[in-house]
Amino acid sequence: MNRLKVSLPGLQLKNPIMPASGCFGFGGDYAKLYDLNILGAIMVKATTLHERYGNPTPRVAETSSGMLNAIGLQNPGLDDVMNRKLPGLLKYDVPIIVNVAGSTEEEYIEVCKIISRAPNVNAIELNISCPNVKHGGIAFGTDPVIVERLTRACKEVSKVPLYVKLSPNVTDIVEIAKAVERGGADGITMINTLLGMRIDVKTRKPVLANITGGLSGPAIKPIAIRMIYQVSRAVNLPIIGMGGIKTVDDVLEFFMAGASAVAIGTMNFHDAMILPRLIDQLPTRMDELKIVSIEDLILSVKEARRHE
Amino acid sequence: MIQEKQTILANIEIAPNIYELTLSGNMVDTMIPGQFVHIQVPRQDLILRRPISVAKIDLDSKCYTVLIRTDGEGTTSICEAHAGSLLDVLGPLGNGFDTQFLSRNSNVLLLGGGIGVPPLLGLAHELNKQEINLQIILGFHTKSAVVYEEEFKRYGKTIVSTDDGSYGILGNVSIVYNLIYSDTQFDAIYACGPKGLNRMVNQLFADHPHAYISLEEHMGCGIGACAACICQKQDNPQENIKICQHGPVFKTGEVIV
Repeated sequence: MNRLKVSLPGLQLKNPIMPASGCFGFGGDYAKLYDLNILGAIMVKATTLHERYGNPTPRVAETSSGMLNAIGLQNPGLDDVMNRKLPGLLKYDVPIIVNVAGSTEEEYIEVCKIISRAPNVNAIELNISCPNVKHGGIAFGTDPVIVERLTRACKEVSKVPLYVKLSPNVTDIVEIAKAVERGGADGITMINTLLGMRIDVKTRKPVLANITGGLSGPAIKPIAIRMIYQVSRAVNLPIIGMGGIKTVDDVLEFFMAGASAVAIGTMNFHDAMILPRLIDQLPTRMDELKIVSIEDLILSVKEARRHE
Repeated sequence: MIQEKQTILANIEIAPNIYELTLSGNMVDTMIPGQFVHIQVPRQDLILRRPISVAKIDLDSKCYTVLIRTDGEGTTSICEAHAGSLLDVLGPLGNGFDTQFLSRNSNVLLLGGGIGVPPLLGLAHELNKQEINLQIILGFHTKSAVVYEEEFKRYGKTIVSTDDGSYGILGNVSIVYNLIYSDTQFDAIYACGPKGLNRMVNQLFADHPHAYISLEEHMGCGIGACAACICQKQDNPQENIKICQHGPVFKTGEVIV
């Protein structure tokens, strides 16, 4: 029996740990360090219809136990992702989740329609939560009416299961999660970054050229845990959780909050080997905590809730 | 490229707030001058690594040196690590200086400014082994910040300048260049320093077939995945190029400085 396997819509994961979108490019850079076949899945960088050059530099700034980024969805565009980036991942036996972003509803729909037909795309992660672009991104993820409409439209044209990535920059994340469920999504990924800012006291100017950026890293983990806890009680969709994970205990904490798989983002920059390390350490920690299997853990968390 | 724990063999403050760390590790085997290493800060709350240029490379002893100026909390934390302790290092990263085209007795100019001086030392050592003629200009803020002058002198004619005139020639590297070498032809020019120096070299030698600048930028992953450290291409300013992956060394005229 594989104690680490998890089955989610469109995704048969040999283990529940994957890199988060935007922190792993299209995989090639980390493939120089280890065999990507060990990963549960790969979430590749956001893809838009046309190439995007992103924001001016500085694009990153460090904060206590975290970082701000304002990359601005830099990516080579749909054609290049379809013709070059995705084929480069064909040699791996790992489910691929593509992150789809756009400036208009039409763009999201168009990209979903085309990219979901790529031979090695197993699921789409709809990015309605990027805080670093002027048009689109987070604007789509904070209004439940738009969320539901966009989810439904993208689901209709997609050939693979659709996961929607939620923004924490809302008053009530449960309301947005419910809109995602009504729109017919197959799952939820959460959380994207929190909008933040830093000022250089010497220059009295914002550190990031974009002024604001998305906060990620261990600093945001308690917020991710709280939100996953709330959302998992309110909707019946599986959740891929992310937000500051750096240890195996963090991984298990996400499952106990209500996640069914996890993604590692920012901490890849701190430790380029974090994914293989956590995947390797997970069974031992499960033994210590008397967790038979990840699927068992997910079920027991659900079961415990029913009796609350 | 590997990620490994490296032993600090020595840690010496060689100028005020500038530390020379000698590190021992397997990655030295593939290291070339102009590359950098991405060092994890030994503090849990600072999660981004610090990209630091490689200075001297000693293949026989499997060790190399880096010079770190304690500009902030992260670099300070790294420099507080004692000899004998371990640092987590990812590297070697970036392209390094291209020297393939040079031949014995080629004339080469090295232009270094401030904390941009260290990567040129490894290069000078390498070029000296190939019996290449070196002319070197090094610029610093002030006398106490001067580093590696004696080492460079072993490899070629070395002129030092300071911004405040407290040592060597008064002025920056550009002024010294214009004063002494503006009429001299070089087979190659390598520069690393503050933005002003890099910009000057990028413009002045825009059409030179072998003039190179080494750039720095805040980095995330350091290996090309996150797209944090980009600069713009000169022929298409909209197009970004990643400094960590395609640089940090660029041919003049290639990118906007």
